[in-house]
Amino acid sequence: MVKASAAAQSLEESQGRPSAKPERPIIEVRGLNFYYGDFQALTDINMTVKRNQVTALIGPSGCGKSTFLRLLNRMNELIPGTRVEGELLFEGINLYDPHVDPVDVRRRVGMVFQKPNPFPKTIYNNVAYGPRLHGLKEAKNLDNIVERSLKSAALWDEVKDILHQSALGLSGGQQQRLCIARAIAMSPEVLLMDEPTSALDPIATSRIEELVKELKQSYTVIIVTHNMQQAARVSDDTAFFYMGRLVEMGPTEGIFTKPQKEQTEHYITGRFG
Amino acid sequence: MSRHSLASRHFSQNLAFTVFRLIMLTVLAALGGILLYVFIHGISAISWEFLTAEPTNSMTTGGIFPAIMGTLYLTVGAILVALPLGVAAAIYLSEYATDGRTLRIVRLGIQNLAGVPSVVFGLFGLALFVGYFHLGISIAAGSLTLGLLILPTIIGASEEALRQVPSTFREASLGLGATRWQTIRKVVLPAALPGILTGSILGIGRAAGETAPIMFTAATFYTIGLPRSPLDTVMALPYHIYVLATAGTHIEQTRPLQYGTVLVLISMVLGLSLVAIIIRTRMRKTKQW
Repeated sequence: MVKASAAAQSLEESQGRPSAKPERPIIEVRGLNFYYGDFQALTDINMTVKRNQVTALIGPSGCGKSTFLRLLNRMNELIPGTRVEGELLFEGINLYDPHVDPVDVRRRVGMVFQKPNPFPKTIYNNVAYGPRLHGLKEAKNLDNIVERSLKSAALWDEVKDILHQSALGLSGGQQQRLCIARAIAMSPEVLLMDEPTSALDPIATSRIEELVKELKQSYTVIIVTHNMQQAARVSDDTAFFYMGRLVEMGPTEGIFTKPQKEQTEHYITGRFG
Repeated sequence: MSRHSLASRHFSQNLAFTVFRLIMLTVLAALGGILLYVFIHGISAISWEFLTAEPTNSMTTGGIFPAIMGTLYLTVGAILVALPLGVAAAIYLSEYATDGRTLRIVRLGIQNLAGVPSVVFGLFGLALFVGYFHLGISIAAGSLTLGLLILPTIIGASEEALRQVPSTFREASLGLGATRWQTIRKVVLPAALPGILTGSILGIGRAAGETAPIMFTAATFYTIGLPRSPLDTVMALPYHIYVLATAGTHIEQTRPLQYGTVLVLISMVLGLSLVAIIIRTRMRKTKQW
């Protein structure tokens, strides 16, 4: 049951403002419902995500923001009993079309997880993992990709002399930047980040935040965060989720200074969540 | 005086720990006692000749070299059979099969298989490998039978090891556009290898020590020289011990040789296990999470 008015409203909010770029949005979501078994986790989500911008997804625990994020690279279908309705267009292609291969989706839409999760391999092999999966073997090419990715993730200077040591020896913040490097080694078009700083200390957090702002030059970043200051600091657009619905979405400044909905205001002023 | 006073809580803790210590010491003493007994009685029989020569004079003199080699062949053969099969089954159970009634029944079956008496495996091997597949009484038939015997152990340990690999590794790999199989091969299996090796160690110990499964399928009392093909019969340490201790005409005379053979068998199992443990420790050093 797609509600046309709700769809129109949120489309208007994210596209109709003067700051919106004229080009086609990289992601468009229309009437999206998502179920874990009988439980409906997301209801009638309509959203557009702009290219080369940072979009923050905020909302209280259990509101569906992480679930939504994981729909964007088809990670949810690893959980048995899940079901998707509606359209999720990435570059105009419905990601849930039966002809779309999830492996291909995940190659183009990278993900950084809540807890740093480097493989128990060397730093070099962590970054080279993705390119190797897709058949890249030549050492020189791999070296270049590893160096470029680590530089983009602002980690190169710290690890360039220990590339062949275990990644598990790095600090939590370094590990998370390594995971970012690992993701961007695939040259994805979109980078999904699921509370990437929740397991990190404030200094490591601010480094990741700086990095996120730089990454949008080359990638479209969608970041789930529990930290509203973080959303305010790093994002261009913010989407507020509550009880499985997208309550409000718009330019971050607007959401934080003049929220249109009462629930949004209550959440960002700390009255719940 | 409260029942939960600090003093009484300390007392009950000390009491519990003392009981645990005593139980542990009893177990260790029993185990150590057996090893010591075997060592004291067996060491006199051990000599270079004992380890490298063939038996002579109706087994009363000479060595047990053919039996050592036979047990080595059978054990390695059993591992070669059970490890690939067991790991493959464990991968299917933990990575591919979806939870449900079928899976529960399969698991239950595997667990029950682990409890089946080894003589039953022996008879099964006799019927299937020796008879139906015409392998005859041979290293091949014995290895296959022992392989089946240790299969549940290896499946169980491997499945447990695969389960203990954090799901975040799988997510990270799949999130990079890896297929499930690439994820298993490049991330999950390497991380699970130490645990899989633990299962193999247990399997080695069992395969090397079992008598009943090889009685009907592989072992023979005496061979001239070493086996020349997998279809030859072999002497094997457990069977050798069994025969010397129960069936020979010189039971009392061969007593030291029996203990010596037991000592060799125990040392071999420990030696094989030690190799696996060393490999496992090396692997673990690079894989901590």
